[in-house]
Amino acid sequence: MMDVYVDIIPKILPGAIITIQLLVASSCLALVIAFIAGLGRVSRFAVVRSLTSVYVELFRGTSLLVQMFFIFFALPAFGFQFSPFLAGVTALGLNYGAYGSEIVRGAILAIPNGQTEASIALNMTRWQRMRLVILPQAIRMMLPGFGNTSIELLKGTSLVSLITLTDLTYKGLMVQNTNISYTFPVFIVLLIMYFVIALPLIFGVRKLEKNASKGVVKA
Amino acid sequence: MGAIEKDLASKDSLSTLVRYENVTKRFGDIEVLKGVDLDIKPGEKVALIGPSGSGKTTIIRMLMTLEKPTSGVISMGGEPLWHKKSSSGKLVPADEKHLRRMRSDIGMVFQHFNLFPHMSILRNVTEAPIHVLGLSKEEARERAVDMLEKVGLGDKLDAYPEQLSGGQKQRVAIARAVVMRPKVMLFDEVTSALDPELVGEVLEVIKDLAKETDMAMILVTHEMDFARDVADRIVFLHDGQIEEQGTPQEVLENPSSERLQAFLSRFLRN
Repeated sequence: MMDVYVDIIPKILPGAIITIQLLVASSCLALVIAFIAGLGRVSRFAVVRSLTSVYVELFRGTSLLVQMFFIFFALPAFGFQFSPFLAGVTALGLNYGAYGSEIVRGAILAIPNGQTEASIALNMTRWQRMRLVILPQAIRMMLPGFGNTSIELLKGTSLVSLITLTDLTYKGLMVQNTNISYTFPVFIVLLIMYFVIALPLIFGVRKLEKNASKGVVKA
Repeated sequence: MGAIEKDLASKDSLSTLVRYENVTKRFGDIEVLKGVDLDIKPGEKVALIGPSGSGKTTIIRMLMTLEKPTSGVISMGGEPLWHKKSSSGKLVPADEKHLRRMRSDIGMVFQHFNLFPHMSILRNVTEAPIHVLGLSKEEARERAVDMLEKVGLGDKLDAYPEQLSGGQKQRVAIARAVVMRPKVMLFDEVTSALDPELVGEVLEVIKDLAKETDMAMILVTHEMDFARDVADRIVFLHDGQIEEQGTPQEVLENPSSERLQAFLSRFLRN
């Protein structure tokens, strides 16, 4: 019984490395995009606001899998060739960045107007108001949302198996294909491995939330 | 502008720090201010009183550039606040750069304190001197500690706003505004959000400040005794217009308009 697991775990494990690499790279990209687009959504320039909201609605409103296929299979026709990894990171980053930008926007708008007025009264520039007063408070409010989104993103990475990337899911399916009696153990191992990767995210966010609860305006 | 006019204007700016000329403000269909003319001299302490909705707060919020006048001109030191002269000499709406230059002479304390909750008390007071005035950390700290001691909070430098009482928060907010050394300080009903037993400590701080500073002050308040003690002049607003003004004695003891009499009698009864 145990030797089944001894057999399959080493075969699946390299996929976990790819999945973690994908998670880290696309989380970073999504975070950068979330801030750029989130700030764009609250820009005082209408053009910037509409451009970013078109981006957000486009990427939230269409399938992540189709976006990934589009980048990997369709863009090469226009001369943009992506490696499977880069295509995966780009699609995941753009898609979850769109969700993340809503978190950024919501948190910025949730900061009471009195904070902006006080910083105007102290003659801060627009950027100083954002950087010194609004964002430090807003980021604390973003953490739970970012935590959820990063766990969503982890689960979204399994789709890259469909653009030939040998991630956790892909490796599992490979092993399962070789021996049909492995079906149950393979999927159990996959579920556990995804959960183990998610654990640090779950606890990390919980800890950050606790640390950040100090010093936020209470409504 | 001709040489003589320029001369007149500069002379004028010596005796007038802030000038409202026929200023109106409308929020949608509601006309909050219906043509206000008001001059504030350098160093003068002026209390604005009047029933709620009379436009007192709007008057000072426009000077702090938080609210844009619908028409009329507000000037600060002889220079239009919300407008600047275009190359053709016409007054055009001011840009952020102009507003920032003008704001450096104006400070404000708010009804709800609006302290920065993520910063210690010391940082609340040093943040703007460092980033806006360009003071070194040591200079800013010295200035802030000095001022916080003056308002009786020298032992709270490392506390956070949420650990303070309302009265203490408001004293921090006063220190935060004063260290910027504006020419005019605006107080927007600064005791209205406080528990009754905390009002006194804040008013004392402002009274002391008024005595020793040459800053002008405009105080929107419902505290008549405080207005009498602090103000050189009391301005009574009613329904978006200045109904009556004068020394505290004239306004509080010899009110000539019926509305002011009615307003004051309501206060005395309470």
